[in-house]
Amino acid sequence: MITLLRKQRYFIDYTLGTMMRHKGKSLGLLSVYTMIIFMLASVMLFSHAMRSEAVALLADSPEIVVQRIQAGRSVMVPADYLQRIGKLRGVTEKRGRLWGYYYDPAVKANYTVMASEQDQLTINDIVIGEGIGRTRGLSVGDYLTLRSHEGKAFSFRVSRLLESESELISSDLLLMNPQGYRQLFGIDESLYTDLVLSVRNPREIQKIAEKLTRLLPDSRPILRSEILRTYESLFSWRQGVMLILLLGSVLAFVIFAWDKASGLSAEERKEIGILKAVGWETGEVMRMKFWEGVIISLMAFLIGYLAAYLHVFYTSAGLFEPVLKGWSVLYPSFQLTPSVDGLQLATLFFFTVLPYTLATIVPVWRTSITDPDLVMR
Amino acid sequence: MMLNPAILALLMVSILVSTMLLVAATFAFRILRHWDIQSGSELQLRLERRTYLVSTLLVWAFLFEFLSLLLFIYNAEALSGQFVGAMCATGVLNLNPWGWPTLFLKITLFFVAAIWLLLNYLDNRGYDYPLIRFKYALLLMALPLVGAETILQWLHFTEMEPNLITSCCGTLFSADAQGVSAEVSGIAPANSILALAISGIVVIAAGVWVALRGQSGWLLSITGAAAFVIALVAIISSISLYIYEHPHHHCPFCILKQGHGYVGYFLYIPLFLATALSLGAGFVSPWRRITSLSQTVADVLPVISWLALFFFLQFYLTSAWSIWSSRLTMMEVWW
Repeated sequence: MITLLRKQRYFIDYTLGTMMRHKGKSLGLLSVYTMIIFMLASVMLFSHAMRSEAVALLADSPEIVVQRIQAGRSVMVPADYLQRIGKLRGVTEKRGRLWGYYYDPAVKANYTVMASEQDQLTINDIVIGEGIGRTRGLSVGDYLTLRSHEGKAFSFRVSRLLESESELISSDLLLMNPQGYRQLFGIDESLYTDLVLSVRNPREIQKIAEKLTRLLPDSRPILRSEILRTYESLFSWRQGVMLILLLGSVLAFVIFAWDKASGLSAEERKEIGILKAVGWETGEVMRMKFWEGVIISLMAFLIGYLAAYLHVFYTSAGLFEPVLKGWSVLYPSFQLTPSVDGLQLATLFFFTVLPYTLATIVPVWRTSITDPDLVMR
Repeated sequence: MMLNPAILALLMVSILVSTMLLVAATFAFRILRHWDIQSGSELQLRLERRTYLVSTLLVWAFLFEFLSLLLFIYNAEALSGQFVGAMCATGVLNLNPWGWPTLFLKITLFFVAAIWLLLNYLDNRGYDYPLIRFKYALLLMALPLVGAETILQWLHFTEMEPNLITSCCGTLFSADAQGVSAEVSGIAPANSILALAISGIVVIAAGVWVALRGQSGWLLSITGAAAFVIALVAIISSISLYIYEHPHHHCPFCILKQGHGYVGYFLYIPLFLATALSLGAGFVSPWRRITSLSQTVADVLPVISWLALFFFLQFYLTSAWSIWSSRLTMMEVWW
């Protein structure tokens, strides 16, 4: 066992020596290899981080949202629906929500407006997200004027800015007093945008949703787990699309690696000839080449993955952002929470190291069966 | 069809591996027909040179096959969040009729590949390639398995319906249901633990015997295979209960989850390695009679046996530890 390990060490030692002697070739291959891993890893890390961000955000949202559907479109829910639901076993809390969008022509962007009861806002106060503050140049104490549904101007005082930790959702958020909300949009006291229900036991959610559709036939219950599942599939689908697009470059890399491995210089050829002349077997030459592949792959993998990590978590994936995230005027700027996933690492390994290894097997074999007298002549 | 990176990777691996095996199989035919170590003909020389290429190709193919088994299970776990009713890999495998056959084929291939790699190692150590025909005949038998695995896996992934409600471990692995899984779940924990202990003692005794005597590897193979089956039964019927600290949850996949400290990997990986090695012992030891291999077999068989024992022991210790450290107390109920 020990001799076996020692033998491998000598192989590695010799291989490193050879690679150092042909610096240009090794570096060229290494940099292309690293680039490929960097791109693939960036895509994977980024969409994984986005997905976990979405999961983390939805963790506190209500289990069931009930919308009312009329002629196939969602409309306001009458407040008496809350009474019609009555007491459902398993529902710990139910309430109506008021929210909507406000188009601000000044910045050509939509705000998400929401009535908030927790913040104890007076009718003239609002709380805004950092994105709105940034684009409109507002800070605490400033006034924001919005036009109501009748064309009248309403001025609201900014009482607080939302913390930047939650910027992914709160960037374009505008919170106001429910009364103010109703006046601004002209919504009747008896209407809500939708209803939310909290359910303690996750196993009861499905049943409660079933009961809701029976009690309120014109309603549509949306479950949190459904939203989560949709996000999950959406992000892994986007990831898949990006990967398929990048597969072309992987293929190009494979051809490059094949070419590099088969196009040996006369000097390298002579080297292998000498090795065989001094008694190396074909298997040993192949083992030496195997170690060369391992060293290159490992280095490229480490450097590429590290660079992708820095790219995604320190520069917010500047290169791929628009494709994977979508865009808008009030787009939140945010730092993703670093997370590394084993499944991703394994997948990345399969997408890069496997093709590289396969591409080099045949050229390596062809090199190792060279007859010494043929090249040294 | 789910367009997910891990699925793409798995499909890619299975297609590449079956292509590699197909290439190797055409070569295997030529070996079986024309190989003659005594001959100095040009064809023989070409074949000898080509064996280096083909065996390297196969070593890689089988290594990737190993990794793809791990990725397949891990991926099934990860996908469970995207299907209604799926809470772990069981639900995902239940999505369509192809899931379970794919898993079983992958496991079978794992063992076949391990045996093949051991034979290949042995063959390369003998100066006259004594096992070459046997090795490639075995490869031809493995080829349909790889092909079937590729097709089944393809069907499994392409026919995934995200809006289908699947049934998960709670229904499949419950003592009241029907089928093999339910039968296994219904075995009394006391019996299965007793069987596990006995099989453990037997396999270790057999392993020590084979390692010290350097012969009769089949003894380790048979006891190892039995220990493998008993271990899986014990995991489903009792060890998992202690890990979940729940007297009725029998799932063999939920133990792979983060919530249980990934303890499943520490159980399954040593168990599978140990079983593969002990199966290999049975395939290695008969070649003792061939002159060019007798020394190698004498060297290798004890190493294989000790390694198999090491992994078996690791599995038994992990199981014992997870029962010992569990807060589930079933004294006077099961014992």
